[in-house]
Amino acid sequence: MTWTPDQPIVSIHNVQKSFGALEVLKGISMDIMKGEVICIIGPSGSGKSTLIRCINALNDIQGGSITVEGQEVHDDNLDQLELRKKVGMVFQQYNLFPHKTALQNVMMAPLKVLKQNRADVEQRARALLKKVRLEGKENNYPGELSGGQQQRVAIARSLAMNPDVMLFDEVTAALDPETVKEVLVTIKDLAAEGMTCILVTHEMGFARELADHIYFTDKGVIVEHGPPATFFDNAQDPRTREFLSQVL
Amino acid sequence: MRASFYPKTRSTPPVKGALPVLLPYRSPQATQLSLHEKLFNGWTVLALMLGFAWIMVQQVWAQSGAAQQASVPDILLKWTPVLLKGFGFNVLISILSMAIGTVLGVGLGILQVSPVTATRRTAWLITQFFRNSPWLVLLFYCILLIPFEISVFGLDIPFPGWVKAVIGLSLPVMAYMSEYMRGAILSIPSGQWESADSLGFTRGQTMREVILPQTVKRLAPSWMNLYAVLTMATPLVSIVGVSDVMTLTRSALAAESRVDLLIPMYLYILSWFFIYCYPISRLTVRLERKFAVKL
Ligand SMILES: Nc1ncnc2c1ncn2[C@@H]1O[C@H](COP(=O)(O)OP(=O)(O)OP(=O)(O)O)[C@@H](O)[C@H]1O
Ligand SMILES: [Mg+2]
Repeated sequence: MTWTPDQPIVSIHNVQKSFGALEVLKGISMDIMKGEVICIIGPSGSGKSTLIRCINALNDIQGGSITVEGQEVHDDNLDQLELRKKVGMVFQQYNLFPHKTALQNVMMAPLKVLKQNRADVEQRARALLKKVRLEGKENNYPGELSGGQQQRVAIARSLAMNPDVMLFDEVTAALDPETVKEVLVTIKDLAAEGMTCILVTHEMGFARELADHIYFTDKGVIVEHGPPATFFDNAQDPRTREFLSQVL
Repeated sequence: MRASFYPKTRSTPPVKGALPVLLPYRSPQATQLSLHEKLFNGWTVLALMLGFAWIMVQQVWAQSGAAQQASVPDILLKWTPVLLKGFGFNVLISILSMAIGTVLGVGLGILQVSPVTATRRTAWLITQFFRNSPWLVLLFYCILLIPFEISVFGLDIPFPGWVKAVIGLSLPVMAYMSEYMRGAILSIPSGQWESADSLGFTRGQTMREVILPQTVKRLAPSWMNLYAVLTMATPLVSIVGVSDVMTLTRSALAAESRVDLLIPMYLYILSWFFIYCYPISRLTVRLERKFAVKL
């Protein structure tokens, strides 16, 4: 089966996931089209991180299926590298490599994993750092950058692999309120360019403004989902309403 | 979680979000030396020991009435070139053992976090065995078990006693290094593994490019400390028949056959070890403090 852009780029079907006896995902389904921006919101411990980690196989699953561009992710014969090239991920704690400069952080994967030509990679890495508005910080080590700057390097580092889908797991949760904006602007730029983005976020204003679709998860199930206007102003389920009343 | 990717350990896996605790916390005031720390550092201790020895020697002298003999400093000076050569040999042995032990230990330490259970267990067993064996016993075993010559493709490679001694001393170094390495690898936050994983690095690439470079800083203090301990243990080789500085000192004492030389001569050698090792341990402390603050 070959994937065509009119099919969902990420298709999640009835996914179940447990850690030992603890059932974390109890049958989650969602379809995401190319270029869409999806926000997943929900209370702490509801399985949001687990879900998006399943999309790039950082977690395995016990049931259901996840496909990216038609390719089953949880297939024993999966070409890990193919998946890594398609799906980029940004973490709450940035997870930059502290012994490498910003530029080296961005260059590392294309050089070592994709074995691309150094001159090309460097040119592209510099362009990416410029794109996330970090011109002039190329030679700084992560320890010398602010949280927001580090997170933008992490975004550039993921983009260096030329992914088709980007996963963001609460990427602004560890940041100062002032620096949250600069990271959100970067994500907004990305979305405007047509990047497919799946975000776990607590930034409701951002979700409302940017998302094409919002999913609300609680205790391992999707309670409610819809476009931001309907979701925020016309939530049906009492659990959603209660959650929204707390965070809005 | 892709189980085979992440480091394995017998202890509990790294806690999600846990901060890596690397080194004992030192209060910032500790960097300011107090008066008694200034007075009683290694050098004053050395001076005190030398002074003490001098008094003792004076007494032995007075008792034996040997004032007309050559003075102790003259004799020490006379033997210095010979003894220095012996000491150089100790240093050589320590450097070689350290080099071999470090290379083996790093490898063994990496195997200790292998995703393959059998490998992990075996590496752990080897580490524990050599870490809990007396150094002298290991030395004896190496002297006795390693043949004096090994033939490889018709080529006879000789194994003189000192080479066996180097091997014998490198075994405990390997074991300690292996433990340090394992600890250092596990102290790297799991997020480093995850982000490397999500960027498409293989496990080997992650180890080489991301994890190992970050362990170097964490290992440096323990590594240097281990070297100082090893250097101080090198006189053990004299027991198994290698002519190091201790053997030569004994010969020198035998040749002079003077009771009053005993204490000054050994103290003289002791001070060499001290002068060689003390700066290393000072540097270790400095590094520890520096990294404790930085990380
Ligand atoms: N590696 C793991 N081993 C065992 N349990 C885990 C593991 N990772 C997550 N869990 C559990 O799974 C549940 C869902 O965790 P998850 O991190 O997906 O929640 P979350 O919705 O992202 O919460 P938060 O908003 O706090 O990040 C939690 O109860 C958590 O304790
Ligand atoms: Mg989470």
